[in-house]
Amino acid sequence: MTVNEPMVEAIGVHKSYAGVEVLKGVNLTVSRGEVTCLIGPSGSGKSTLLRCINHLEKHDAGELRVDGELVGYEARGDKLYELNDRRICHERSQIGMVFQRFNLFQNLNVLENVTVGPIKVKDVNDERAKKFARELLQRVGLEGKEKNYPTQLSGGQQQRVAIARALAMEPKLMLFDEPTSALDPELVGEVLDVMKDLARSGMTMIVVTHEMGFAKEVADTVYFLDQGVIEESGDPKVVLTSPSSPRLQSFLSKVL
Amino acid sequence: MSTNGDVDVKVVPVRHVGQWIGVAFLALFVAMLIHTLFSKIPSGSRTCHLVGGRYQCHAILKWRFGWNVIFHYFTNGEVLRGLVITLELTVLAMVIGIVLGVVVAIMRLSRSRLLSGAAWTYTWLFRGTPVYVQLLLWGFIGFLYPTFAIGIPFTHIYLFHFGANTVFIPFNAAVAGLGLNEGAYFSEIVRSGLIAVDEGQTEAATSLGMTRGQSLRYVVLPQAMRVIIPPTGNEVISMLKTTSLVSVVAVVDLLGAVANIYGQTYQIMPMLLLASMWYLIVSTILSVGQFYLERYFSRGALRTPPPTPIQRIRRDLHGIASKYRTKRGVQVGA
Repeated sequence: MTVNEPMVEAIGVHKSYAGVEVLKGVNLTVSRGEVTCLIGPSGSGKSTLLRCINHLEKHDAGELRVDGELVGYEARGDKLYELNDRRICHERSQIGMVFQRFNLFQNLNVLENVTVGPIKVKDVNDERAKKFARELLQRVGLEGKEKNYPTQLSGGQQQRVAIARALAMEPKLMLFDEPTSALDPELVGEVLDVMKDLARSGMTMIVVTHEMGFAKEVADTVYFLDQGVIEESGDPKVVLTSPSSPRLQSFLSKVL
Repeated sequence: MSTNGDVDVKVVPVRHVGQWIGVAFLALFVAMLIHTLFSKIPSGSRTCHLVGGRYQCHAILKWRFGWNVIFHYFTNGEVLRGLVITLELTVLAMVIGIVLGVVVAIMRLSRSRLLSGAAWTYTWLFRGTPVYVQLLLWGFIGFLYPTFAIGIPFTHIYLFHFGANTVFIPFNAAVAGLGLNEGAYFSEIVRSGLIAVDEGQTEAATSLGMTRGQSLRYVVLPQAMRVIIPPTGNEVISMLKTTSLVSVVAVVDLLGAVANIYGQTYQIMPMLLLASMWYLIVSTILSVGQFYLERYFSRGALRTPPPTPIQRIRRDLHGIASKYRTKRGVQVGA
């Protein structure tokens, strides 16, 4: 494992649901500290790819590595051994994920949402977890909301708590699955600001998004997925302003 | 009421004439009911007095509802012992039912075919036969399996063994019958609660690295409780009453005790009313408990939890008081 090794590497990743092939051989490389945006029409497989990376979905074929380790498998000799649940959970605990619909734990208040992971999964003691959680909540601009329940917060606030919850696990990689798609337009900005701040701090991020402005401003690399394959990828300033594939041209003309 | 802020317009509310007629009839009916509750009827025997050299006889009256009998036996030792047995049966059967129900529901939703199949079979068997029959079967289990033993199968080497009649004494048979039957129903309640929790919650827990067990314990079950608690209240109250079937295996519960008494005194109706009153008292207490439990588990799900009855009364009184104060021209609040 070297520093130059990519954080995420996908080679020919395939995934089907009930006979429908969603990913048809996807190649992708995410370097450490980079922000990668996945764009594309709905149903193109962006979210599925993201979910394969933290093994919420099991890919059918191809090689998928996070931090040099195969996702869900262990290579010994010339055979692949499926990991047991405990090992998979350990792999996942190092990858943060933020969902389109926030998915904050409804039965826990804001502080408990942020501390439950470290306390239960990483065996961090209560006091340290709370202290760190308060720091994170301050960082996402939600100090003073510790005792509120998720239903008492706006969508933007909930998503920021969700980001703090993921960060509390001190992940080496953050996945964002359309983090602003369920938000009122006026609340999108506050979430994107937190994400930009996170990007500046050097976090490796993969973001599925429809926010082309964000992609252009923050992303180091953009991948355009269409019908389960990467149609085009590269520097967002090039890809998003002068796309070469006709599919991306027509997609951008509809989105922008 | 002012409409535009300048002219006061008088608003005449809709008159609900039909409602008032309905109320009048209802009041009449309630009055008749109360009258019969406290009315007296001839007891069947007569009493005669010597008045002015002649006997005058008249029928002895008694309470229609036998209030004196009810009052006399209300805290009778035998009745109270029966009540305790009823409560013990309810609690034990519910504990068995809830534990079994949670385990079976989780098994049912397990990825393992073996576990989910076993869970399904249990529910099918115990939900598909009447609890009355199950009670009888447990009571007479000795006919099927006279002894129980733990040892090496198909040999006569036992670690220990015991006779069915020493374990399945009437009380234990009743607990087993009621508890196992309840487990089957309760597992369905728990299962519906677990299914009702949004899948995103499990996903978020999983993505934090929680195992299936952890996500169930810290995220899914607490939220499922909101769906599980109201029917659980029903089940407890229902169990309280179902325990009255245990007389078939010769357990003397509340109803059994009352039956023993009216078997001797022939005061059937008053004794049955007495038993009903005790059942009502206990189920009322249980309902109050259910309200507070529901309120507790609605944390996070409702922005403002419903007020407790005491809070509601206090708020109403406060409302009336402040209205009274404004009427008298006193300023309210600041």
